[in-house]
Amino acid sequence: MKPEGVSIWEPEKECLGVEELRQLQLERLQATLNRVDRHVAFYRKMFREIGFVPENDLGDLDDLKRLPFTTRDDVSNSYPYEMFAVPLREVVRVHSSSGTSVNPRVVGYTKRDLKNWAQLVARILASAGLTHDDVIQVTFAYGLLTGGLGIHYGAERLGASVLPTSVGRTERQIKIMQDFRTTALVCTPSYALIIADKMEQLGVDPKRLSLRHAVCAGEPWTEAMRSEIQERLFVTATDNYGISEVMGPGVAGECLEQSGMHVQEDHFLVEIVDPATGAPCEPGALGELVITTLTKEAFPVIRYRTGDLARLIEAPCPCGRTFRRISRIEGRCDDVVVIKGINIIPERIGDVLEQVKGERPTYQVVVTRQGNLDQLEIWIEVTEKLFFDKMREQRTLVDEMRQKVANFIGIVPRIKLVERGSLERINGKVKPFVDLRRPWH
Amino acid sequence: MLTVKSLHAYYGNIHALKGVSLHVRSGEIVTLIGANGAGKTTLVHSICGLVKPARGSILFEESDLSRLTPEAIVRRGISLVPEGRQIFATLSVEANLEMGAFIHRKDRQGWRRDMDELLERFPVLRQRRRQLAGTLSGGEQQMLAICRALMARPRFLLLDEPSMGLAPLIVREIFDIILELRREGRTILLIEQNARAALQIADRGYVLETGKIVLQGEGRDLLAHREVQRAYLGKGAKPIWDA
Repeated sequence: MKPEGVSIWEPEKECLGVEELRQLQLERLQATLNRVDRHVAFYRKMFREIGFVPENDLGDLDDLKRLPFTTRDDVSNSYPYEMFAVPLREVVRVHSSSGTSVNPRVVGYTKRDLKNWAQLVARILASAGLTHDDVIQVTFAYGLLTGGLGIHYGAERLGASVLPTSVGRTERQIKIMQDFRTTALVCTPSYALIIADKMEQLGVDPKRLSLRHAVCAGEPWTEAMRSEIQERLFVTATDNYGISEVMGPGVAGECLEQSGMHVQEDHFLVEIVDPATGAPCEPGALGELVITTLTKEAFPVIRYRTGDLARLIEAPCPCGRTFRRISRIEGRCDDVVVIKGINIIPERIGDVLEQVKGERPTYQVVVTRQGNLDQLEIWIEVTEKLFFDKMREQRTLVDEMRQKVANFIGIVPRIKLVERGSLERINGKVKPFVDLRRPWH
Repeated sequence: MLTVKSLHAYYGNIHALKGVSLHVRSGEIVTLIGANGAGKTTLVHSICGLVKPARGSILFEESDLSRLTPEAIVRRGISLVPEGRQIFATLSVEANLEMGAFIHRKDRQGWRRDMDELLERFPVLRQRRRQLAGTLSGGEQQMLAICRALMARPRFLLLDEPSMGLAPLIVREIFDIILELRREGRTILLIEQNARAALQIADRGYVLETGKIVLQGEGRDLLAHREVQRAYLGKGAKPIWDA
């Protein structure tokens, strides 16, 4: 039962008994498998290859473990619509992920998907302590990425007043925060600190703001960062988790206990697996988060490998929600680098650079941090092809590279040409990625 | 209240139910919609103990129905209003109701009182209490079939296509009765081809296709669902029943 004073958006669902929840999950999983078996060639082929017949072979939730994983590349290779489980005329919204692969990962939503999505985001906002009385400033990007619009519709569903300020222009964000009396800030944790820095610089006193909540997501962060955000902005900072391929924001969110994010288990099935072997992890162990959607119609995924590292927390939560929790995302288990909430695979940047001169340069992706601001740098070793006598030509080349990379990932990098052989090497190979941000601890 | 888990059952040689899971909570109206031959009636028969499932389980509260005889299942509080009504045409209305009280036959006073109450409630049947059931109109026969099921004093009522062959106005009447039965605290599993009418009164629904559940959700969600509209409501078809 939920304790006094805890506000739960859909208590009849979020506090469901374990047995009822498992039955509901089983029903929804079976329907999902029946549907993808019929409508998605990728899954039909996957099932045939291992001789899996959904109606015969999924008698129990555990039987799901017989199925292979779906990977980021699988989705990327299905660009743009191959993995959709409904015809395009049923799709009312399309989003795509940040450009970690050659092809972005495109996802779609039916009307009902959007309705569920808004409802789930409303749940996580409510669990973070927000109500219809809040003025919510959403600093995620509005556009193809799921962050902005995903939070937006959920915040409206909650009945709050929503300020879709989108990303960047920190000074303006702060002015809006002051003038519009923002009570809740939705941001990446690092952006919360950038805002705090900027306020300091501008001489804005955070105590004089109406701000009470920071709802953070989009990148791995730490308890130390949480404390810093809470102390500097005088807010309660909560964590939530979303991933475009699964839905976007709304997959899991922290309650005011601030100790792990409740997974919306009536809509998602989570597993934690060993990233190397794919075997299920011991309860509580750190592993890769794998998610199966239970209600998504346009873009269901079966055993999707998120690449995010987390632990499953089985212990009941004092808030009364029965959904199990995942720990904060403790990192990535692949070569994905998260900068300003955008996922980047350093290897793919090489593909882009190669387009410029038709030759793959020796390069290194370096992330630095000035204050709380992440900066993406690409260090490239000069070769004859990349070297010009004339300053102007040299600059044109660098500009072209910067432009190409910026177009691809959505962040403008700083490009540095360095002397041949000067990049750090391990066993003769240049490290593709170096993180010079101050260590989180 | 009722939990069906990964149920497989055969209708003759046909694999009619292929891993069907569904649940009905106490006090709910849940509907199962599907076309002819989707496996709806096989599911009904499995719940009532008329068909032995090949695999899977059917739990009603704590008991596993697949191990019980049809009579024991009725005693647990489940009553069936069968497809096509199946009233005893050559018996009177009263005799039909008496048959419904089979499990309470020793409690003569009790079932007499039940019968009086039902006849009080459905004056049409009272007027025809001594008439042969076969002479009733379709709607009256359906009413009689429901009353006969109620004579067993069920907490859980299974209705197999109660709208079949009835005029739209009569369907509405029957569905109003179903709503009333729920208000009295009964739990209802409604099997229907008339998806529009069923989804309008149901809290939740499941869509069965060739023995498999392919959709589930709240009644109003399914009613608005494009797939359901196309497959079961008929694009541009005249509403059969409006609530």
